[in-house]
Amino acid sequence: MAHRVFPREEYLLKGHVACPGCGAAVMLRHVLKALGPNTYLVIPACCTSVIAGPHPRSAFRVPVLHIAFAASAAAASGMIEALEKLGKPANVVVWAGDGGTVDIGLQALSGAAERGHNIIYICYDNEAYMNTGIQKSGSTPHGAWTTTTPSGNPGFKKDLPGIMVSHRVPYVATLSPAYPNDTFAKLRKAASMRGGLKYLHALTPCPPGWRYDPSLTIELSRLAVETGMWVLYEVENGVFRLTGPSRALLEKGKRKPVAEYLKLQGRFRHLSPEDVERIQRMVDENWERIAEMLKEGGEHSSEQG
Amino acid sequence: MKLLLTGNYAAAYAVRDAQPDVISAYPITPQTPIIEKLAEFIDSGELKAKFVRVESEHSAMAALIGAASVGARTYTATSSQGLLYMYEVVWWAAGARLPIVMGLVTRALGPPWNIWSDHADFFTVRSSGWTMLFASSAQEVYDLTLIAYCVAEHRDVLLPALVAWDAFEVSHTYEPVELVEDATRLLPPKGAWAPPLAAEDPASLGNLAYPEEYAETRRLMVEAVRRVPLVFAEAAGRLRELTGRDYSRGYECYRCEDAETVFIAMGSVYGEVRSAVDALRARGVPVGALKVWLYRPFPYEGVARVLDGKKMAIVLSRTTSLGAMGPLATDVATALALKGCSVKLVEFSAGVGGVDVTEDDVVAMYKAALEREGGTYFWRGR
Ligand SMILES: Cc1ncc(C[n+]2csc(CCOP(=O)(O)OP(=O)(O)O)c2C)c(N)n1
Ligand code: SF4
Repeated sequence: MAHRVFPREEYLLKGHVACPGCGAAVMLRHVLKALGPNTYLVIPACCTSVIAGPHPRSAFRVPVLHIAFAASAAAASGMIEALEKLGKPANVVVWAGDGGTVDIGLQALSGAAERGHNIIYICYDNEAYMNTGIQKSGSTPHGAWTTTTPSGNPGFKKDLPGIMVSHRVPYVATLSPAYPNDTFAKLRKAASMRGGLKYLHALTPCPPGWRYDPSLTIELSRLAVETGMWVLYEVENGVFRLTGPSRALLEKGKRKPVAEYLKLQGRFRHLSPEDVERIQRMVDENWERIAEMLKEGGEHSSEQG
Repeated sequence: MKLLLTGNYAAAYAVRDAQPDVISAYPITPQTPIIEKLAEFIDSGELKAKFVRVESEHSAMAALIGAASVGARTYTATSSQGLLYMYEVVWWAAGARLPIVMGLVTRALGPPWNIWSDHADFFTVRSSGWTMLFASSAQEVYDLTLIAYCVAEHRDVLLPALVAWDAFEVSHTYEPVELVEDATRLLPPKGAWAPPLAAEDPASLGNLAYPEEYAETRRLMVEAVRRVPLVFAEAAGRLRELTGRDYSRGYECYRCEDAETVFIAMGSVYGEVRSAVDALRARGVPVGALKVWLYRPFPYEGVARVLDGKKMAIVLSRTTSLGAMGPLATDVATALALKGCSVKLVEFSAGVGGVDVTEDDVVAMYKAALEREGGTYFWRGR
C-alpha cells in the first residue's frame, strides 16, 4: 500500500495546543486528511477540546461541535439525521477519548450503534483520563500507574472494539499513528460504507500520561503493534481480518517481547519481572484467540465456498 | 378547525403544524402520549420529520443539539426524572444558542415515586437561558408551542424554548382545541436563521473560552433574553390576528383592577383560582387573579404594575420550597421590591405531587392568609 498518495491538505492547523509528541494529534491529522473537508467533528470533553485552541478560533479546518462528555454519539446521531433531512450529505465523525467512549459515553455509543446511524465513531485511546491529569479509565491497561492507581491498575482494559463487534455494526477497525497508510485505507472504507455506525479505535501514546520522552511517540506506537500488545485489524460485516504489519505476527516468534514496549514507559516502571511475564501471557493468549477465530472464519468461508 | 384533544395531543398537533426536521425523545409518564402521537404523524406522512428513538433523555437533547447545530428545526418532550437526567445538555443547548423546542409535562421528583403534577422539575432550569412558558389548558399548550418556535428561532433571540403543562389535569384531559388553519402564517420560514455549523464555512461551536470570552458569550445571552418579551409579544400578536386569543403580555389578569388581594398561579390550578375569585367576589371580597404564561424571562414590570397598591399577593406554588421561598413567590417578591411596592406576600405550597386543589381550598387560603404573616406555608388542605 506504499503507493497510496496522502493528501497534502492540512485540516489540523499549526497553532493547535496539543503537547509535543501527542499521539492523538498525529492520529487526528491522518484521519482528517483521509476524510477531507466535508466532515463534521463532534468532540466531547477530552484533551481535544483543549487541543482545538480557545474560542473564537479553532485549529481545525472543519466544523466542530463541542458537546458534553457523555453526549457525543447522540449528538452525532441527531446531526447526521438532520444533514440527511436537509439534503446536505457529509461525514459526521465523533472524535472522543477513551474515557468518553468506554466509560461515560458508552451508553450513547451503544444506542447510536444499535440505531444504525451513518456516523463514524473514532476513539483515540491514550489509556486514561488525560485532560483531568492522568486518572484511570476503563481503558487503562492492567498494571499501569495512573494518579488514581498509584501502585498499578488492578483491573483490565475493556475490549471496546469487541463490544462494538457484538453490536453487529458494519465496520470495526483498530488504528495506530505509526501506520498512516493503514489508517487512510480504513477511514476511506468507513466513509464509503453506509448502513450503520463505523467504529474505529486508535491507540495513541501520550508522553506526559505514559511517562516517556515525546520523541518516542511513533516508535512506541510501532512497538505496541510489533509486540502484539495492539493488534491492527478490521471487522467488515462480521468478518475479521488482520491488517498491516499485524498480519505477519500470528506466530509468537515473530512478535517482539512486550517488555520492549513496557520498559520505555514510566507508567510501567514499577512492574516486577513476574508482572511483565503475566502481561506477556495475556498478549499471547489474545493471539491464540485470534488464530482460532481466523481458523474458524476460514473453515466457515470454505464451507460456504 | 376544532378538535377534542388532551394537552399532550395538543402539543403533538402543534408540532405537526410546525413541521420540525428532527424529533428525539425518550418515554416517561406522563409525556409518552406526545411522542406516540408524533410517531403516528410521521408514520402517516403528515409529519415529515426524522425520529431518533434514543436510549435516554440525555441523548434526546444531545441529538437535538447535533441536529440544530446544522440548521434543523427540532422537538423533544419529557417530564420529571427525564428532565433531570438531561439536565447537563439542557444548559448546553442554551449556551450553544440553539432554537430547540421542548415540551415539559410537569411531574413530581422522586423519591418517593410519583407520576402526578408538581413544578419542581420545571423550576430547575429557570436560570439556564431557556424561554419558559407555562400552559394551563390544552388550547394554551397548542398555542404556546407554536409561539415557542417563533421566539426560539427569531434572530434576535436564538435560544431554546420550553412549554410546560401539568401532568394529567392538562396532559390527559380532553378539551376542545382550535387549531391554526395555516401555521406557516405564524411561524418563521424554515431556514430563516443561519446554523452555527456548515462544512462550507468551518467554525467551531462550544470550544474552550477563557474568562473574558466566556463572559462575553454570557453577556450576549443576557441581551438575547432581554429581547424575548418583545419577540414573544410580536408572535403572540400574530396569533391574536389569526385566532383572537391573546397571550402578548405574558400573563393574564382576572378581575384585578379593583382587587385588594391578587392570587398568582401557573398551570391548571388557575381554573380553581378563577372560580374562587368569583365566589369571593360574590360575597363582596375584592380579589383577583394573575396567571403567568411567560415565566422566563419573568415579566417583573407587568406583574408589579398589576400588584402595585394592592394589600396582599397570594402565590400558589405547586412545589415544595425547601429552605427558601419557592421560585414563583421569589419572583413576585423581586417584582414588588424592584418597584418599591409594599404588598403583603403569602405563599402556599399547594397541589404538591398531584394533590387536588379545589375552589374551596383557594377560598380557605384567602382566609388563612389574612390571619398569617407574610411568608411560605405548606397547604395541607382544609
Ligand atoms: C460529566 C462530566 N464529568 C467529568 C468531566 C471532567 N472531564 C473532562 S475531560 C475528562 C477526561 C477525558 O478523558 P478521555 O475521554 O480519556 O480523553 P483524554 O482527556 O484522555 O483525551 C474528564 C473526566 C466533564 N467534563 N463532564
Ligand atoms: S496529555 Fe496526552 S493526549 Fe492530551 S494533549 Fe498531551 S499528549 Fe495529547
